Amino acid sequence: MSLPAVVQVENLSRFYQNQPAIKNLSFSLNAGEVLGFLGPNGAGKSTTMQILTGNLAPSEGQVTINGFDIIESPREAKRQMGYLPEHPPIYREASVDEYLKYCAQLRRINKQSVSKAIDESKQQCGLTDVGQRLIGNLSKGYQQRIGIAQAIIHNPLVVVLDEPTVGLDPIQMRDIRRLIKTLGRDHSVILSTHILSEVQATCDRVQIIQKGELIYHSSIEALNLSQVPSVTIGLNHPPAIEQLKQIDRVTHVDAIDSHHFKLFFNGESPAQAIVQQSVQQQWELFELIPDQRSLEDLFIELTQDENSGGASVDAEEAGV
Amino acid sequence: MILTIAKREISTLFLSPLAWIILAVVQVLLGYMFLAQIDNFFLLQPQLLQLENVPGVTDIVIAPLFSLAAIILLMIMPLITMRSIAEEKRNKTLTLLISSPISMTEIVLGKFLGLFFFVFILVSLLMLMPLSLFIGTAIDVGKLLSIYISMLLLLSSFAAIGLYLSSLTENQTIAAVGTFGALLMLWLIDWIGEALPNNQSVVSYLSPLQHHQSMLEGLFDTADVAYYLIFITVFLVLTIRQLDRERLL
Repeated sequence: MSLPAVVQVENLSRFYQNQPAIKNLSFSLNAGEVLGFLGPNGAGKSTTMQILTGNLAPSEGQVTINGFDIIESPREAKRQMGYLPEHPPIYREASVDEYLKYCAQLRRINKQSVSKAIDESKQQCGLTDVGQRLIGNLSKGYQQRIGIAQAIIHNPLVVVLDEPTVGLDPIQMRDIRRLIKTLGRDHSVILSTHILSEVQATCDRVQIIQKGELIYHSSIEALNLSQVPSVTIGLNHPPAIEQLKQIDRVTHVDAIDSHHFKLFFNGESPAQAIVQQSVQQQWELFELIPDQRSLEDLFIELTQDENSGGASVDAEEAGV
Repeated sequence: MILTIAKREISTLFLSPLAWIILAVVQVLLGYMFLAQIDNFFLLQPQLLQLENVPGVTDIVIAPLFSLAAIILLMIMPLITMRSIAEEKRNKTLTLLISSPISMTEIVLGKFLGLFFFVFILVSLLMLMPLSLFIGTAIDVGKLLSIYISMLLLLSSFAAIGLYLSSLTENQTIAAVGTFGALLMLWLIDWIGEALPNNQSVVSYLSPLQHHQSMLEGLFDTADVAYYLIFITVFLVLTIRQLDRERLL
């Protein structure tokens, strides 16, 4: 039995004046899933998120959260929704505790459980030490975490995070990603980003959007399986390419330069055979890297296929 | 829920020095006028004794004081209302309210209630001045009450306009200037109405200050109260509609 979809988006379109920002978007999100929403800048990611959370009205189409239509019964739908917009909606002059208390009240958490909810969300987001500090005096990384704490304080079914790691340093990014992964255990998460490694590290499913249209949709596992496997090796005394081809299971060899080769294979990795042969025939193997076809390759391939002109610039920006 | 937002609104107001400074400045200005008005009363006293049906302290000191207070506060209310919604838009915190399970109506009512609470504090502090006269003389309590309610209603209607203009823009200065312009216009309407020979009542009737004047004289008319309530409702509804409309743009 498959779990019921928590978020259901059907034929969603949105026009700014007559310019379409998103066109006919349909997707669904199951309970406990982390969905990565990828796309170059201006592809319509933020617009989609704003519609999902009721901050923008759709021009056409329907969004239901846990069975409640976001337009017709916004109160019930929003109760199951936590949202971190691009700019965290924080009051700089409030302290972390005051702010979270305000958020808890806005989300209609009943009086007895407010302080418990604050403590839990602070704990999850690593904010326990800064409860008394003014938000305006905290670093960007903390502010981003406060933004996430605000989104999960009422324990919603769905958490929508719009570019949660923008402007953070690498260590903060790693922390936030870890946090998102833990969120994925109890909540369904929709994560928009243009950082591809982030999606590969945190998401169960990925969805690529360009110019308002969904152009790719798959689970991360399927993405990893769909690759043609290869390894890159470096040899100080390389033999002829023909000799490399004779290694078990290797189907094709590309010479990258005079010392580096890319070996394509079927089935299991031939790494062991390569090492053995290298020792026996004194090729002096100094490097052996199993290749992974990254999401980045796929992303650039897809977004450039669509439009080789403007999109390629976007894709370069997007690939980190 | 409305109360939560109102509480946040009032605490943001008092976290910045602006609210305190406004309270202090208004109190000092009107305190001086109050004393000047009392001096005036002592000068007039000998002549008053010769009149029949003498106007009391309430009419000579308190009513003119609050007539002036209305004009001073007309210039100051825009500074209080300007940040209400505009600041939330600029700081992108309006998103927090909109993505919470609350309706636009609740958001706007909460904001208005917060402003009303400030107005309440302001007017109550001003009321301490006439109350101090109880030490030396008798005061017409009915008239005083009428003045108090009139001040509350007048300033609330200023706040409602201010709230609406604050919802139109992200820029606090624009909201303040817009509100100031709108309030001045309403004051001018009162003047224009008085200058016109025949149909003056229709034109002046539109101005909140006209209604304030008649309530200052102690004429507590439900029509005046209704006027204020309708005035406030119209601008609150406009604000709600404006915020709703922004989601469609």
